[in-house]
Amino acid sequence: MIGAGDPAPEFTLKRGDGSDFTRADLEGKTTVLVFYPFAFSPVCTDQLNLYEEVLDDLRQRGATMYAVSCDATYSQTAFRQQLGVSIEQLSDFEPKGAACRAFGVYHEGGFPQRALVIVAPDGTVRWSYQAPSPGDLPGANLIFDALG
Amino acid sequence: MSELRSAPVPEPGAEDHLRGPEHAPLVIEYADFECPFCASLHERLAALEARVVFRHFPVRSSHPRAWAAACAAEAAGAQGRFWEMHDSMFADQARLEDPHLWRRAEELGLDLTRFDAERRSEAVLDRVRRDFHSGVRAGVVTTPTLFVLDGGRAEPISADAIEGRLRES
Repeated sequence: MIGAGDPAPEFTLKRGDGSDFTRADLEGKTTVLVFYPFAFSPVCTDQLNLYEEVLDDLRQRGATMYAVSCDATYSQTAFRQQLGVSIEQLSDFEPKGAACRAFGVYHEGGFPQRALVIVAPDGTVRWSYQAPSPGDLPGANLIFDALG
Repeated sequence: MSELRSAPVPEPGAEDHLRGPEHAPLVIEYADFECPFCASLHERLAALEARVVFRHFPVRSSHPRAWAAACAAEAAGAQGRFWEMHDSMFADQARLEDPHLWRRAEELGLDLTRFDAERRSEAVLDRVRRDFHSGVRAGVVTTPTLFVLDGGRAEPISADAIEGRLRES
């Protein structure tokens, strides 16, 4: 997995409106990327619900959070709407998992590891964390520890 | 700006809601009044006569009325009826809309005008938020989450494990 001090890789993800989200979109701000295995799965549901509750605190620290999975854009949008969360979703659907592989978080089972990556405004990775298993939900406190 | 970096679970203090026999192990519970697993746990702990500190951990996207219910419990607490409101809401989680909260407050004999003003107040919101933030800092990710005080330090514990310990005590 990509680690602190590494430059963020080149990648292309799809936003909900179908437009591209690339490395250039990371520059100039602190970004928290939340890689999650599957839309609508139980732990991912708990994870996005929990992180939604601390979004204001993240914004106060100048950080923007995005959630990344290999689900199609339409699935991610339905997931976000069902949960009632505002965290922007980024899709790694086609070519499947290419961005996850670039960050070193692609699980051989065909989905992202449950992982967190914080990228500094200059495009370097500030912190990264992979949960011991996809079923483990990292507490939001870990993100705030990393943000300082 | 709130502090949300990691920190141990705060020890029980004067602001906490605590009840149960003094001889029982002390359980700190992070819970949400709209969470069905929390209601189930409440039944289990009540049957065991546990000594419980209740802390709010409402997550609104999971449970849209969780924050309102937490604030209602605090507003009832301001009139000395926190646990009665707590028990009332866990006993019937399908009725947590405002008219239901007013009805519960009436049934508990609360000053309704005061209850309604206080449950919407910044002070009550801050009180609930303090509990929530202490849970986030301790790594709480879902409800219910339990800790048991062991030698002055709060350690996470499962519901089954605390049930076993309470049966022994």
